[in-house]
Amino acid sequence: MAGETVTLSSLVTWLSRFRDLVTENRNYLTELDSAIGDADHGANMARGMAAVMEKVGASPATTADELFKSVGMTLVTSVGGASGPLYGTFFLRFGMTAGAVSEFDGAALSAALRAGLGGVVARGKPELGDKTMFDAMSPALEAFDASVASGGSPAAAAAAAYDAAVVGRDATTPLVARKGRASYLGERSAGHLDPGATSTAFLFQALAESLAQG
Amino acid sequence: MKKLINSPDHVLADALVGVELAHPELKVDHTNRIIYRGEPTKPGKVALISGGGSGHEPLHGGFVGFGMLDAACAGEVFTSPTPDQMQEATKVADSGAGVLHIVKNYTGDVMNFEMAAEMAEAETGVRVESVVTNDDVAVEDSTWTAGRRGVGVTVLLEKIVGAAAEEGRDLAAVASLARTVNAQGRSMGMALTSCTVPSAGKPTFELPDDMMEMGVGIHGEPGRHRVPLAPAADIAQQLVEPILHDLDFSGAPTIVMLNGMGGTPLIELYLMYGEVAKILQKSGIQVARSLVGNYITSLDMAGCSVTVLRADDELLRLWDAPVNTAGLRWGV
Repeated sequence: MAGETVTLSSLVTWLSRFRDLVTENRNYLTELDSAIGDADHGANMARGMAAVMEKVGASPATTADELFKSVGMTLVTSVGGASGPLYGTFFLRFGMTAGAVSEFDGAALSAALRAGLGGVVARGKPELGDKTMFDAMSPALEAFDASVASGGSPAAAAAAAYDAAVVGRDATTPLVARKGRASYLGERSAGHLDPGATSTAFLFQALAESLAQG
Repeated sequence: MKKLINSPDHVLADALVGVELAHPELKVDHTNRIIYRGEPTKPGKVALISGGGSGHEPLHGGFVGFGMLDAACAGEVFTSPTPDQMQEATKVADSGAGVLHIVKNYTGDVMNFEMAAEMAEAETGVRVESVVTNDDVAVEDSTWTAGRRGVGVTVLLEKIVGAAAEEGRDLAAVASLARTVNAQGRSMGMALTSCTVPSAGKPTFELPDDMMEMGVGIHGEPGRHRVPLAPAADIAQQLVEPILHDLDFSGAPTIVMLNGMGGTPLIELYLMYGEVAKILQKSGIQVARSLVGNYITSLDMAGCSVTVLRADDELLRLWDAPVNTAGLRWGV
């Protein structure tokens, strides 16, 4: 059983598991993006997370703010597109709120994730149903918080968040995109899974798996 | 995928090597993927910087030089460059007179340029103004969406505003002119084929031989509608009609660009220009200047776009001013 606290090394595992997932699913993400976007999401996320893990490996951080500032800046400066500023700002704000700590309880992790979500909102101004990563991330955090509030461990909360992210991701299929390049297709964007919501579901899958390891 | 490349992951880096060797008058920063003029910006001259995903050549790197841009930041194919690239270009190109960022309206480009402007102003105190182009009539504008895409008018804007900057106008005047040009231009594009992004290895979408996509952008994405292939005269009609419907071009001279998407031969582009010009003439639109060729492309996509800009004597004068870049050159 996973404990009540999350260590910095679990969060490094989160990042490396996310890197693995976007790398293994690079072609899948690109296929999704080919249908309604510009066919670069898989390549961009794989390149960005590879750069992140190289940086994390080369200069290991001892506190969360240090770690996630480096993660965020690496994504911002290596990914480009919309994903770079969005995921980059997510991790930058996550680190700023987490602060100079090396251990988290559920509430602290929730606050950091919420700050990350706030960064995505500030950059992209998404609303629920716009067919974006927000459609997976917002319900994931609702579920995370609900689990923590009812006494769940961080690992249980992350598992609940992953389940909710998957539901949110799948619900993007019938939507008509209102943000990003898919919005240029108008009605034709309906009937396709959103690539950003899909990579965000991987982000929460990675979190759930890394915290389950304890 | 059949392409003249060494490896899909090295297309941009290898292409920048070629740009540098082919154009000794330019400077290429390979680390930051920036193309600069060979000479530093003249004191007092506002610097013009643009950038975007690669795959639209000659836009933007091909428009660096006298009379147009001072620097261009190249992103990966169809992916916006990153804020640190833009910040570096902004810092190096600034002569003290400030910098105009020319940004095409795509979610990623806008976000990255916003971050770059914030970083440049905070860290170096460079004055930055931004203009976002959004001339694509295929996209219905709405406050609920990402808005219209920036396409062909970006080329005309970089030429006209570049000439104004050479004359020594200040940052506010240069930015204001840029917004005027954007507001007075409209574009519409179509595709006969998709294009192949090197890292994806296959065409972004499949298009049967007897169909075409109307209302495409410049990233190989499908358009607004898939319709049956038609003779050039009908296609010209389908492109020009929404443009004229969107803005009143009567009573003013216009600049018209018939732009190729990268995979269509010039003979077809000229044929299309003839059809477009006939329709404009019949509609009572006065064409004062024209430009036909591949200027803002979508890799190997076959197809074209039409841009019409409502001009006046001043804009025509700036259009006619000397320009000396790899992609546009006259009067020098």
